[in-house]
Amino acid sequence: MRWLHTARIWRLPLLIGLLTLAWLVFPFPGAKAATTRHITLDASQFAFSPGRVHVNQGDRVVFTVAAQDVVHGFYLDGYGLKTRVEPGVSQQIEFVADKTGKFRYRCSVNCGSLHPFMIGELVVGSNTPFWRATGLIVLAAIGMLVYLWQSGRVQEMKQDGTLQSSTP
Amino acid sequence: MVTPSRINLLERLPLLKTILKSRAFQPVLMLITLFVFVLAILTGLFGTPAGSRNFNIIFVWIVWWALLIIVMVPFFGRLWCAICPIPAPGEWLQRRGIIQRRTGRLLTLNRRWPRRLKNMWLQNFGFLGVAMFSTIILTRPSVSAWVLFSFLLVGVMLSAVYKNRIFCRYVCPVGGFIGLYSMLSPVELRVEDQGICASHTTKDCITGNEHGYGCPWMVFPGNLTRNTYCGLCVECLKTCPKNNIVINLRPFGSDLMVAKERRLDEAYKAFIMLGCALLYSVVLLGPWGWLKNWANMDTLPHWAIYAAAFLAINLLVLPGLFWLVTVASRRLSGQAVPLRRLFVDYAYTLVPLGLSGWIAFSLGFVLVNGSYALGVVSDPFGWGWNLFGTAQAGWTPLWPTLTAFLQVGTLTAGLLFSVNTAYKIARQNSQDHRLAFLATLPVTGFLTLVTLGFLRLYLG
Ligand code: SF4
Ligand code: SF4
Ligand SMILES: [Cu+2]
Repeated sequence: MRWLHTARIWRLPLLIGLLTLAWLVFPFPGAKAATTRHITLDASQFAFSPGRVHVNQGDRVVFTVAAQDVVHGFYLDGYGLKTRVEPGVSQQIEFVADKTGKFRYRCSVNCGSLHPFMIGELVVGSNTPFWRATGLIVLAAIGMLVYLWQSGRVQEMKQDGTLQSSTP
Repeated sequence: MVTPSRINLLERLPLLKTILKSRAFQPVLMLITLFVFVLAILTGLFGTPAGSRNFNIIFVWIVWWALLIIVMVPFFGRLWCAICPIPAPGEWLQRRGIIQRRTGRLLTLNRRWPRRLKNMWLQNFGFLGVAMFSTIILTRPSVSAWVLFSFLLVGVMLSAVYKNRIFCRYVCPVGGFIGLYSMLSPVELRVEDQGICASHTTKDCITGNEHGYGCPWMVFPGNLTRNTYCGLCVECLKTCPKNNIVINLRPFGSDLMVAKERRLDEAYKAFIMLGCALLYSVVLLGPWGWLKNWANMDTLPHWAIYAAAFLAINLLVLPGLFWLVTVASRRLSGQAVPLRRLFVDYAYTLVPLGLSGWIAFSLGFVLVNGSYALGVVSDPFGWGWNLFGTAQAGWTPLWPTLTAFLQVGTLTAGLLFSVNTAYKIARQNSQDHRLAFLATLPVTGFLTLVTLGFLRLYLG
């Protein structure tokens, strides 16, 4: 009845594996009613203000980017939008935020020493990728613990002779 | 030490052995890296102050850094130390030669390095010293150039006063963390049979002979159990008359299990590296402009507060929290081992997670800013040159959405590796499986929280 025993050992890991899978494909609550969002972004050395913007998935977003000191730029990760902003002439960027997640907006025109780190964050919707990754990490840690527990038990049983390492 | 889980690479790849045994191998690579290094100093000093168009910033802090932390350290350990240009001039002066083995003693004052400094503390504080200024160093070509130049200078000065690579072994701030994380790499240099070394009376690997110099890193290959302090210079491969030196492929992270070598200075290196990976992710990749300005020394008081917080987090807060975790772990499992011992032991569980944190942090800017490299190879000084026709390449972020996937994968792998390490270390301290498992729980909680912290910064 060795296989029965083995089956029991694998029950929990299997459950965790299934949970992980379920968590990764399980549909999160969908978009709220989409609206148009007008957001003013002030760019100055070396930050955007506001530094973090939250919109709902499906919203039509209109960013008005204004450079407060020197020439800056705007680039949005994941959406590939890019523009150059001269001081005094603000630029409008319009798009539909159809992808959920966190997308960084960055300065795309060299504006001084910290230019590569001039970064803001646009969070779209419920940020599903983040929550999926959180679940993945927690379940992975639990899975690892279960594995360690089980393999340690098996080793112990072998030592006591409770579990015969029977070869067919 | 030939254990079943080791694959002897030199035996499998005779060509590799021939190449490594040649005296020209290391100096040739060092000459190449030295050329790039000097170019980086020159471009930093005389080129454009715009970091993203200066060879210095792009090649040192993006290209070299990415290669080091994503490729070389995780897979080849201290490989970089074998070809690093910083100690090269000093070493060549000591030896009065570059390729040929010159006879006679090393040219140096031959002072004794203080016993109290024979550890990683100097490297810990050196790294923190550089890290506090890193926002300035990373973004200003001339400052970066002076830092590189001072490394070179200190390297030469130390080798004039002390024998061998004192700089690499005890001073270099980069060397410290490469040493720590090299424990993870799947490549190791060891001796095949420690018995042969024990009975070998002349020990040519220490004294040197006509084929090569005595170990410049002041380690005895016959006793090597970890990668931490062997610079992979392969001098011993050349000197050993018994053909006893091997380079093995092995499971990742084997060195973390060497209990008798664990020390507080290395444990602190693990805290500092983990702390800095977190802090850099907050300061450089976060959306908080005021914090960047403070780190960038907009005013001196702002920077002073920032620096104090930076030091406190690395030296007190993180180790303090981990101390509490150790206390909980000891209580829970009833382990009889002294608390300080456990604290040092479990600190090594931060090594895999720390490296994966650094990789994830680096992925956060390497793919996005890597395209600058094309521009600066054609126009290293930013003077309007166009050597290879790529000067106008401009800034093209590569796969910004892929970055998040890679970061999650790296962090998860690091966490699992760390938890596994925690259990194995706990098992070294208590034979009982159940107790070891209980001891692992608080450590796992801490590791998971840190991982989620990284995740919050990158994706949340
Ligand atoms: S020379 Fe070779 S055999 Fe002799 S002690 Fe050194 S490594 Fe061992
Ligand atoms: S042990 Fe060998 S390879 Fe390592 S530093 Fe010493 S001489 Fe070089
Ligand atoms: Cu800007």
